[in-house]
Amino acid sequence: MNLRLTGNYLGKILLLECAAMVPSLIIALCEKSWMSALAFAIMMASLGVFGGLLSAIKPNKQKLYAREGFVIVALSWILISLFGALPYTISGFVPSYVDSVFETVSGFTTTGSSILTDIEALPMSLLLWRSITIWLGGMGVLVFILALTPYGSGNGMRLHIMKAESPGPVVGKITPKLRSTARILYSLYIALTLIEFIMLLCGGMPVFDAVNTSLSTAGTGGFAIKNAGIAAYSPYCQVVIAIFMMLFGVNFSIYYLLIIRDFKSIWKNGELKVYLSIVVIATAAIAFNTSSMFATAGETLRHSFFQVNAIITTTGFSTVDFNLWPVFSQTILVGLMFIGGCAGSTAGGLKVTRVIILLKSFKNEVRRMLHPQCVTTVKVDGKPIEDETVNQVGIYFAIYMFIMIISVLILSIAGYSFTTNVTAVISCLNNIGPGLDKVGPVCNFGFVAPYGKIVLIIDMLLGRLELFPLLMLFSPSVWKKI
Amino acid sequence: MKIVIIGCGKVGFTLAEQLSREDHDIVVIDSHRKLLDEAQDALDIMTVEGNGASLEVLRDAGTADADVLIATTNADEINLLCCISAKKLGCRHTIARVRNPQYSQQIAFLKDELGLSLSVNPEQAAAQEIFKIIQIPSFLKRDSFYKGRVELVELKLSEGGRLDGKRIMDAAKLLGLRVLICAVERDGKVFIPNGRFELKGGDRITVTAARSLLAKLIRNLDLERQKIRGVMIIGCSRVAEYLADDLIKSGVDVKLIEKDEEKCRQFSINFPEAIVINGDASKRGFLETQGLESVDAVITLTGIDEENLITSIYAHHLGVAKTVTKVDRNEYTRLFDDQIGSIVCPKDLTSNEILRYIRAMGNRGNGTVKALHRIVDGKAEALEFSVSNPAPFIGVPIAKLNIKPSTLIACICRSNQIIIPKGDDELKLGDTLIVVTGAEQSYSDLNDIFEKEAVKQ
Repeated sequence: MNLRLTGNYLGKILLLECAAMVPSLIIALCEKSWMSALAFAIMMASLGVFGGLLSAIKPNKQKLYAREGFVIVALSWILISLFGALPYTISGFVPSYVDSVFETVSGFTTTGSSILTDIEALPMSLLLWRSITIWLGGMGVLVFILALTPYGSGNGMRLHIMKAESPGPVVGKITPKLRSTARILYSLYIALTLIEFIMLLCGGMPVFDAVNTSLSTAGTGGFAIKNAGIAAYSPYCQVVIAIFMMLFGVNFSIYYLLIIRDFKSIWKNGELKVYLSIVVIATAAIAFNTSSMFATAGETLRHSFFQVNAIITTTGFSTVDFNLWPVFSQTILVGLMFIGGCAGSTAGGLKVTRVIILLKSFKNEVRRMLHPQCVTTVKVDGKPIEDETVNQVGIYFAIYMFIMIISVLILSIAGYSFTTNVTAVISCLNNIGPGLDKVGPVCNFGFVAPYGKIVLIIDMLLGRLELFPLLMLFSPSVWKKI
Repeated sequence: MKIVIIGCGKVGFTLAEQLSREDHDIVVIDSHRKLLDEAQDALDIMTVEGNGASLEVLRDAGTADADVLIATTNADEINLLCCISAKKLGCRHTIARVRNPQYSQQIAFLKDELGLSLSVNPEQAAAQEIFKIIQIPSFLKRDSFYKGRVELVELKLSEGGRLDGKRIMDAAKLLGLRVLICAVERDGKVFIPNGRFELKGGDRITVTAARSLLAKLIRNLDLERQKIRGVMIIGCSRVAEYLADDLIKSGVDVKLIEKDEEKCRQFSINFPEAIVINGDASKRGFLETQGLESVDAVITLTGIDEENLITSIYAHHLGVAKTVTKVDRNEYTRLFDDQIGSIVCPKDLTSNEILRYIRAMGNRGNGTVKALHRIVDGKAEALEFSVSNPAPFIGVPIAKLNIKPSTLIACICRSNQIIIPKGDDELKLGDTLIVVTGAEQSYSDLNDIFEKEAVKQ
């Protein structure tokens, strides 16, 4: 276990967090919100000190294997959450530290559930910080660091870090060099965020709202800055946000392929087709089901399109209280919560690829029961998937369900309704935001008992980091010398 | 540059490692997932799984806009097919490993018709390397530059010898020759020494000298001056065939020991002057009955590294003056430093030749790399540059030049003179330089060896 290298990376991450707080500090000074300005100043100083100290550790060897990759990712995320929660507490706006950590983790993991009962009571600096945490967490804080590393040997090994943080069953590079891949991803990310920002401005949205909404959409997080959520904005803005949510749920390699004009590869991508089909079918189904609730067909279609995209990309924005929708539509939404977006995007959930692989392997399994000696393969995009990968997807799903059940069990001790418990856990594990019943779109998580919030915090981290990095921390063999 | 490598075996991996370190974009193609995963985990490259000769796989790997394609699979035919396809797709240069001696005779034809830029024959290269070593056995390794007129030779300093405990700046005087000790290997580390560096017995030094001075060098260093009149080759392989050809033509007696009867027969048909013995070299006592103790040199060329190493150690133990060992994997050979003589690794020779070609490729202006040899077990490099364009470092005494650390100018070749440079020598337009550098830096241009301000103020 290369402790020095791990320390060095943790230091760099803390320095990144320090830099990320600059915009909030500036806004705090501009709006004369002295408590939050003080909070951010204190935090930046401490992050600067700790980050500086840790990143001064020079690693003896640059060896970085899977083990270090997982640990660096898990510890980084825990640290940035613990540190990033302090501005809320120190400024006094969120007195309970558990609540602050919940809000911060919800940001970085791009969940978007909030413990705040009154979002608009927060100063702009804190609101901006919320949205920035989502933006950074979406593409990944470590991927950001990887984009900045200088050329040199050892770069190949850093792939382990990217593999540990990025979502999807198989993480690959877009270009031969890791640094270029990270840079391309972030460039596309920044570009799309900017485009959404401009389009929202065109729709007449105030600048501050547009900034926060685009940051929040980009990470598919779902922190709105108005208590009414996205219902507070015009239909044009709602449609723009819906489309961009959908775009951010697509594998970013597709955008790269678009730029290099490799249309054939885009066409061959089965995951994209399945993803888009699910969006279309779910929108249609929900539109039919809720048609009686809205005045015009246009409104029905707009709300159902918005909500489907919000849920499948695990953003979690809402334009309407779907707690009031018929159960059929709600069930479709819960189903979408499980599926999630495409691999290689900022969305959460199981990921469409995994769902495709699981379904194909179910089919194969049935065939093998009928013909015992049969040899089967799972093919995705025309290429066969290794048995090992298929097994891993199956096990992932199993561990996932297991964690869900345990979390629901622990939560149920507090006495909330079954729907509340189940959808709260599903929402956090899949990094969506809203659930149903007591944690519906117009509600918040403030009422949950502290121990329940801690369970949900752990669920959010597990979901975003795709289970293993966090679970690794508890495995003794990671820390042993062998 | 964008480079596609087909085949992720030892040669493919070594090339990918070195070239990605030199900042090229590398894509490796192989049909074995496991090899690719191992490479992907350790190197900053992209991998594509599939058959390198298939157009689709080549397209996936982006061969159409690649600068070089290097085919290093085990099969010559696949290598050649890969190169043809790549060239058709638009790849600029293609390099293939072709080992079959029957194909290698058609190399000139192949290169022109099929647009093959370079073909590398590892066995032939190994045989040539061994032949050079046999010619002057006192040296562990010989690399030639400037059309063969300057050589960098590696030799081991004996304990209590003439240079033990002496400083580099005194060495030339002691030897009475203008030679330059340009690299010293001690305890696995390589030093590019300045004048004050002190030599110790047991050091492996690399010396730059004009070819004509080599005989005197041997005499003045009190090294063994024997000429090798007869060698015993153990193991009949392609290397053995190439080597036997060269040896017999130069009048050296060859005795071959080989287990397989059919191979013996074939060898004896091809080389009637050689003595061919059908026996098992690993059997105890067998080699002595064949006169192992009295032979001038033993060259172990079986297909099994361990057998080669043990036989060489044994031969050395019995007092054979010179041993040459062929190994395929040389990760552990340094353990045996004291017990065996020269080691030849065909795969390393292949990688080096290809690296040399690539290094010489991507250049413009002053100092294209004309030749490149990796010396001191790959830990240092010797490059041949030509000073072809005007530059600030021309006409300035070397002592006043800001050369990067761990780098030195080992030799200046001007018209027909070989100059081992001293501080007051100057570089002139049209010179050919031989530069030695510790292998951390990889220079592809002469300007790179100088700091930003080439001339000291």
